[in-house]
Amino acid sequence: MTAPVPKIELIGVKKRFGPKVVLDGIDLTVQKQSSTVIIGGSGTGKSVAIKSILGILTPDEGTIRIDGQDVTRLKGAARDPLMKKFGMLFQGGALFDSLPVWENVAFGLIQGHGVARAKAKDIAIEKLAKVGLTSDVAYLSPSELSGGMQKRVGLARAIAADPEIIFFDEPTTGLDPIMADIINDLIISTVKDVGATALSITHDMTSARKISDRIAMLYGGKIIWEGPTSEIDRSGNPYVEQFIHGRAEGPIKMAVKA
Amino acid sequence: MNFFAIIGRAILTLLAQIGRVARFTGQTLAAIFSPPFYGRLLGQQIMRIGYFSLPVVGLTALSTGAVLALQIYLGGNRYGAEAIVPQIVVLGITRELGPVIAGLMVAGRVAAAIAAELGTMKVTEQIDALTTLATNPIKYLVVPRLLAAVISLPFLTAAGDSIGVLGGYLVSTYNLGFTGSIYLKNTVDFAKNEDITSGLIKAAVFGFIIALMGCYNGFYSKGGAQGVGAATTNAVVSSCILILAADFVLTAILFHT
Repeated sequence: MTAPVPKIELIGVKKRFGPKVVLDGIDLTVQKQSSTVIIGGSGTGKSVAIKSILGILTPDEGTIRIDGQDVTRLKGAARDPLMKKFGMLFQGGALFDSLPVWENVAFGLIQGHGVARAKAKDIAIEKLAKVGLTSDVAYLSPSELSGGMQKRVGLARAIAADPEIIFFDEPTTGLDPIMADIINDLIISTVKDVGATALSITHDMTSARKISDRIAMLYGGKIIWEGPTSEIDRSGNPYVEQFIHGRAEGPIKMAVKA
Repeated sequence: MNFFAIIGRAILTLLAQIGRVARFTGQTLAAIFSPPFYGRLLGQQIMRIGYFSLPVVGLTALSTGAVLALQIYLGGNRYGAEAIVPQIVVLGITRELGPVIAGLMVAGRVAAAIAAELGTMKVTEQIDALTTLATNPIKYLVVPRLLAAVISLPFLTAAGDSIGVLGGYLVSTYNLGFTGSIYLKNTVDFAKNEDITSGLIKAAVFGFIIALMGCYNGFYSKGGAQGVGAATTNAVVSSCILILAADFVLTAILFHT
């Protein structure tokens, strides 16, 4: 039996900004319909890894494959079909403040997929309901919403076009513990609902344990540990131990400068 | 640090900057001609950049025309050449002051607004979000603003030209003792088509500069409120300098001197 083609595959991905090496050869495999979380301290390159897969940044070296296709240096129009497979929930929501909530959710459908506005609006309201928001929220401006509501709208936008892969960038950062748990539940249910593959980055261990099947830890530009979520407490890796228990003392030295 | 290292670094930074602007311009020009086209956004931007700039351009044009008439009258008086006021006013306004004043006023108003808006979108990851929603940010954000500015500026300048001549007319007839009909006849007889069209061509180029500098500085603004503030300042300063430089070059080209 041949192994299934991984949904996302990173092979030796390197990225540097000027003299600063951020990713120093990352290898990561994400299987179809699984949920992987990359953990790591602030400034360890978690966002850079996700942005490289999304094509917002281009790696200096290495290969990124989606469904077995090399997409590392795919640009412009050639990238369009690929982008339609993606959905992303940004850390700050990144909602378009010039547009009402429903148009934010419907944006990818209208602009990217060419769905008619009226139909896209119906889909948007349906997706908002999935994240627990009523249709009267649809006509508000994003600036009128609380942080938790913005996250929900961001989530609705990420799943609006039924993406195959959803990226979550610090989904619970800046939320109170209860709202964080609600968002975690929503992430699990929506990802399952759409049948998507999820790749998240976070430093919130409660969230990481809850939403993931597998966890990978990024440190010093490399993946230093990767395994099933159930085994994270038995990693035997001092770096992972220090991180998941949030200890100030240990092998990890926090860089002061970004 | 070594003196030469400082100079070298400054030159390298400048060259890198020019390279980035050139690449950004190239990407934008390529994006103009390939679908999708955002007609609705273009309309919105023409309203924001063009229509809403009318009051400020009109007001400055009116006062410039009025002051110009007064100064020419006083200066011409020394040679007994006061009668030349209408001719010089229309020439000065259409060829030079109309487009430059419209350009500088719109640079202050619009380049700053564009840089602040796109800069904020950049730091709040809204521009990245566009990419993840299968939308090209250059096509969606930059192209409508650039086209709107290139289309609007000639119209604003045409309006400014008329209002500027009106300013000269009002001062000349009310304060300087000119007869209205003769003033207008002298204006119309003297002005040539190329005086007006050269000004409008300049205006289109200024519009391009304004939108490009606004968008470029917004797109490449660095994190936080301070970064957006710096982007806004840079957008206004760089577009004003480039407008003045382009004005000289265009004048030399358009009048073959």
